[in-house]
Amino acid sequence: MKALKRTYIALIMMFLYAPLLVTVVFSFNSANSTSVMQGFSLKWYGELFNNSTALTALGNTLVLAVLSACIAIVIGTSAAVGINSMKKRWLRSSLMTVTNIPMMNPEIVTGVSMMLLFVFVGKLVSSSSVLGFPTLLIAHVTFNLPYVILSVLPKLRQTDRHLSEAAQDLGCTPAASFFKVVLPNIKSGIITGFIMAFTLSLDDFIISYFVSGPKFQTLPIVIFSMTKKKVKPDMYALSTLIFIAIFILLILMNVLQAKAEKKENRKWEAK
Amino acid sequence: MKKSSLTEKLVNAPYMVWAAIFILAPMLMVIYYAFTDRDGNFTFSNITALSSYGEIFGRSIWYALIATVICLLLSYPLALIMARSKASVQQTIMMLIMVPMWMNFLIRTYSWITILSNTGIINTILKAVGLPTAQLINTPGAVILGMVYNFLPYMVLPIYSVMSKLDKSLVEAAQDLGANKRTVFRKVIFPQSLPGVISGITMVFVPSVSTFYISQKLGGGKFMLIGDSIEMQFQSAYNYNLGASLSLVLMVMIIICMLVMNRFADNEEGAMII
Repeated sequence: MKALKRTYIALIMMFLYAPLLVTVVFSFNSANSTSVMQGFSLKWYGELFNNSTALTALGNTLVLAVLSACIAIVIGTSAAVGINSMKKRWLRSSLMTVTNIPMMNPEIVTGVSMMLLFVFVGKLVSSSSVLGFPTLLIAHVTFNLPYVILSVLPKLRQTDRHLSEAAQDLGCTPAASFFKVVLPNIKSGIITGFIMAFTLSLDDFIISYFVSGPKFQTLPIVIFSMTKKKVKPDMYALSTLIFIAIFILLILMNVLQAKAEKKENRKWEAK
Repeated sequence: MKKSSLTEKLVNAPYMVWAAIFILAPMLMVIYYAFTDRDGNFTFSNITALSSYGEIFGRSIWYALIATVICLLLSYPLALIMARSKASVQQTIMMLIMVPMWMNFLIRTYSWITILSNTGIINTILKAVGLPTAQLINTPGAVILGMVYNFLPYMVLPIYSVMSKLDKSLVEAAQDLGANKRTVFRKVIFPQSLPGVISGITMVFVPSVSTFYISQKLGGGKFMLIGDSIEMQFQSAYNYNLGASLSLVLMVMIIICMLVMNRFADNEEGAMII
């Protein structure tokens, strides 16, 4: 029975990792092919650094991911604070329903609907090229927001309301009580939200594809237009590098989190 | 107290405005474009034009259903095995399932061509051991495989998370009362895992039915899906109105599907309490 279970897990893993393995192996191909392996070479990694389209797109993607995640955590956190303190139930639940729309809708519908809005506004101001960096940023903030709100809200619920009231009784302004009392309590939720927003934005293709213009392209969009033709192994090399970068980032994050938890535990023990 | 509630209201304002403009207004735009022509006059012609898309809608739903069922059949035993393993093993398997998601979706899908094509890895192996080669790429099977491959984690995660929280004392109680393994599964484990199964089904079905890249690459453009038709209207045919009406139908379809699923989930919960 145990052997059967292990084989089952192994088969699933093989299925999940086969394409990854192919990508990594063929990125070292000495020939210009993603179907026949000829020999080992690092030349595609070298070539990558001469591919200015891909490098610019990589820069664009990072700028967009950082900016959209930052904006999303500011708007999202304040929204979560507002939602958490809402007294009218119907208002709160209808706002949550609206918040869920971008998560429930198929990505293609979200992308198309935003594109239509931008095109419509573009028509009103009779501008033919509205799609570009601003529209991409707006779209990314929009699909990041629900994830930020949903990771901050539970932390707010765990925070004792009386704490901020106490701070205000002791002379804090509402703003100061937020920054001194509430914020430290929900910090972990905000960080989780930021990381989720950052990675979602980094990886998004479908929505970006509909709301971007030719002047500002992200990496997934460049990859898409490259896979329309025959893909050269340098795209595989690029994907491998990004994959490794994300891998390292996430491991680092886990280590930091584990350390922080240990520290917290020690603090408790000391008390 | 009054003062603080006013600030709290203000705190919410940016998001309310944002949601109204960038979540609700786009939805209205889809409806507006679906019912107007190029010049902005009211028309039903975009909706009536959908009658020629029956085959595409049927195919999309059919493929997505098959992919969802395969995902469910693969994920359920996996989640069960995971939930019964040691905590460290659980974490490791979980991470192993998540890792492939960090590779770019397009490249992940594209590299299946290397595996499935006529001169690809599988056919090379078949040839080497003297078996006849098979047409794998550009078939419906390849499209469904692409869906299963990309969305499998969305099925495993919710089922696993429900199962790992399952109260072990219930299982023990059932065993003490004389239930055999099969009865325990049927009466205790399976009913409790249903909420996870249901959210897994929606999380796989929705992206599968609306996908557009997978079918183009692995189906060789021979098996158009709804997503492909929408993409075509917006990116090459430039008929936004028809594209909007296709999106509207897709959206309505998914809302109905979710309502049905939620209803099902509610009933299950209700039954459990009774």
